[in-house]
Amino acid sequence: MTKEESKNGSDDMLIDGPKQGNVIPDGFNPNYLKVYYGRLFPHADIFKWMSYGNDGRHPACDKSYFGRREFSFTLDNDIYLRFQSFNSESELENSIKEKCPSKIDIGPVYSVDPAKRHAYAQGGDNVFAPVERELIFDIDITDYDDVRYCCSGADVCLECWPLMTVAIKVIDTALRDDFGFDHILWVYSGRRGVHCWVCDGKARRLTNEQRGAIADYFRVYKGNENSNKKVSFPGPLHPFLVRSYTEVLREFFEEKLLLSQNLFSTEERYEKILSMIPDESVTSELRGKWQENRRSSNSKEDINFFRWEQLKNTLQSGKQKVQGLRRCVEEIVFAFTYPRLDMEVSKHRNHLLKAPFCVHPKTGRVCIPIDPKDCEELDPTTVPTLSELLRELNTGDSRMDVDNATLTLPMFFLVAEWEKTSLGKSIRFFRSSFLQPLLKSCKEEMESGYKAKIQQTKNSLSW
Amino acid sequence: MEIVRSQRSRTNTPNDSVSTLPLYRYAPQLEVRLEDFEVFAMDRLRVLKGISDALARGKRPEEMENLVRDLWKANMRHPEASEDVNKDIISHFVLRLVYCRTEDLRKWFLSMETALYRYRFLLGSSEAKRALMEEFDLPCKAISRTEFENAKEKLEQVARSFDQPLPTADAIFYKVPFEEVPELVAGRRVYIHKGHAYVAMHQVVSLVVTQFRSNLSKALILTNRKWTSTIREQERDRLTPIVEALSMSYLGPDYSQTKEFGEISIKDLDQLARSSFPLCMRHLFDKLREDHHLKHGGRMQLGLFLKGVGLRMEDALAFWKAEFSQKVGAERFDKEYAYSIRHNYGKEGKRTDYTPYSCQKIISSTPGVGDHHGCPYRHFSEENLRAALGRMGVGSRAMEDVVDKVRNRHYQLACTLTFEAVHSSSCDAGINHPNQYFSDSHKILQPKNNNAA
Repeated sequence: MTKEESKNGSDDMLIDGPKQGNVIPDGFNPNYLKVYYGRLFPHADIFKWMSYGNDGRHPACDKSYFGRREFSFTLDNDIYLRFQSFNSESELENSIKEKCPSKIDIGPVYSVDPAKRHAYAQGGDNVFAPVERELIFDIDITDYDDVRYCCSGADVCLECWPLMTVAIKVIDTALRDDFGFDHILWVYSGRRGVHCWVCDGKARRLTNEQRGAIADYFRVYKGNENSNKKVSFPGPLHPFLVRSYTEVLREFFEEKLLLSQNLFSTEERYEKILSMIPDESVTSELRGKWQENRRSSNSKEDINFFRWEQLKNTLQSGKQKVQGLRRCVEEIVFAFTYPRLDMEVSKHRNHLLKAPFCVHPKTGRVCIPIDPKDCEELDPTTVPTLSELLRELNTGDSRMDVDNATLTLPMFFLVAEWEKTSLGKSIRFFRSSFLQPLLKSCKEEMESGYKAKIQQTKNSLSW
Repeated sequence: MEIVRSQRSRTNTPNDSVSTLPLYRYAPQLEVRLEDFEVFAMDRLRVLKGISDALARGKRPEEMENLVRDLWKANMRHPEASEDVNKDIISHFVLRLVYCRTEDLRKWFLSMETALYRYRFLLGSSEAKRALMEEFDLPCKAISRTEFENAKEKLEQVARSFDQPLPTADAIFYKVPFEEVPELVAGRRVYIHKGHAYVAMHQVVSLVVTQFRSNLSKALILTNRKWTSTIREQERDRLTPIVEALSMSYLGPDYSQTKEFGEISIKDLDQLARSSFPLCMRHLFDKLREDHHLKHGGRMQLGLFLKGVGLRMEDALAFWKAEFSQKVGAERFDKEYAYSIRHNYGKEGKRTDYTPYSCQKIISSTPGVGDHHGCPYRHFSEENLRAALGRMGVGSRAMEDVVDKVRNRHYQLACTLTFEAVHSSSCDAGINHPNQYFSDSHKILQPKNNNAA
């Protein structure tokens, strides 16, 4: 469909079709987006979130706050519009509905309205610079390609997706227990990864240096194609790594990954693991055992367990005088399972990140929030797609779950459109688990900050 | 701070023997002699430049600690021991004036003063450290016994992960918001819980240094404002010229007087150029031999260098004439070029004996089309540089190091590495002056003729 045709094709044409035999083929279609933005995308919630309480009537509210946030739109034909800003919810909503971006990115809150940035210098005092930005993380399963055998590249399946689940658990626990953050939103990226938005005030005000420090705290994997051993623990592990290992990684490796990825089943695969052991005598001993064992294996599953046990015994037995070998087991487990973050995304405040509830153009799946306490439940192959949602809208298929009560017909029409679809669950979760607690905390922060500000002290620094 | 001329300075500040590391919060209420103003600043500048060189050469923290102790001892002692602290404070504030004026200057000064502060803090006693912690008003609190017991296992894990001794029962730990110690967080060198990092006494330097850096950064901006708005104009005839000169100063020997290793004769020049000239001078020399001409910048740079090397004026005239007359003729040489050579030797005009150019001066020059002066590490393309270094006999591994330094804009370090590669010997002081390169090279290659140490 050409651009001209699509303009003429209105929502009605699609939606007022026959109720039976809903003809909305799968896949992604710019027309569908128009309906999505018109009836399903939660504009108001995004606005409330991005306002962080500044849309209220409290004297401490900063009316300019929302207007200083950068959004960017990717349109058809890859036209990219940066530095979009809006002064109200309706401006945001109207612009999205009108432009129908295939992707919406959220950037930082700047010192001034991004639309006016050219009036400000790059250096000196009056700068156009980021002042607030959520602490964000981007985990992409393609970064694990060297340790997953089921898929590669953009593909994802139920065998390898648990790597993302594990990453969420490790990082989420650290963000809450170690760093003390509370307002954390995890989002499915639509195809092959997850995003994390840490929205506490403290997090939003972190400098690039501090963000870099947090990213480095999380960094374990340090390699490229040239090194065999990409995880190296010169000494005993830091408490954070110990916790990650004992609470999440070891169990996941031994009970899930070993089997699902058949890590020891072929020579090529076990050689990869052997290359992580820097001791010839150990590796040749194991290699010897495994080459002969091939004859006497019972079932495929056993082999992986069996060989892993052999490896652990050899490495951890009293025979090993070499200190470095004692942590080889942990190194191997971490190499396969520990989260691999994109450092650059987290370190720079001006980095843009896709907004939740966008639709991924290649898969049609919606970027829905993930509950970190329940992250195993997320199945990337069953995340609602754009076409599914439209079908649901059409049939008025009540997948409604409002307090498990049955709705009477009149009430049906007062309920928001998204409640009629599988998006409802996600939006409800977004509100109750994330948005409401966040806004409550923003209000409290604003109130106490306001009181403190009333008693200002003059800052005197002589030269 | 009051600047006065030629009066004995009086001090009001008490001598605090425990914490001799000042906070530099306020300019001291002192009268300072104008001479001291400049001299103190230059002494401190030597320390900062020493630190700068060492950092760029990748010296390890232990080496840095020793270096700072030595540099401080060598430069910052005052004849009257009680005046040490004042010299410290005064020199710091003077350099604030000097280095507040541009973004680059501020950045450099901030880095060096922070490094200096860090190592001086580390060199202090535990008592001094603790006292300073209190002065600094840091957002940290010593943890209680109970908190220690609760966190003990985790604190031990951290200590073990860095091969540190386990914390004893009376060890002091500070609880600090994690964002105050980014370097410790990044290296996983602290236990963090609910947003607080548990910092050991020996790590406390990180906190102090972060605060120091932040305070100084803000102060420099304010100083710059004050400078531009009032001080620069007010002090136009007194401090301003001193301040402006200080940031450009080269602080080594000036090589205007020829050295004891004797005079150099013309016939030695070719051989010396190959063995002992730094690349900049060798390039000029080779071009002169090739083209029988050099433009003004090149004549000055090479000419003064040769003077510093020990070429007598008569020999210089003969040398340049021999080359130039092949291009412009002997008569034109006498008419147009001889004068300026004599001028360089102080035999004409106002009879100033011009000093050969330092690296700093050479690096900052801007050669144009047809020029061959300036610093080749700065101006040569990588390809040409590699070729030139190859001709000097620099091996492939050393060449990579040199090129790496060049990419990071450490031109003098690149030259130092070249020196080390060519002479197979180390040059710890680093090259700051082409004549220094020459004399160091000469010392290595002609030990028999070396009279002075």
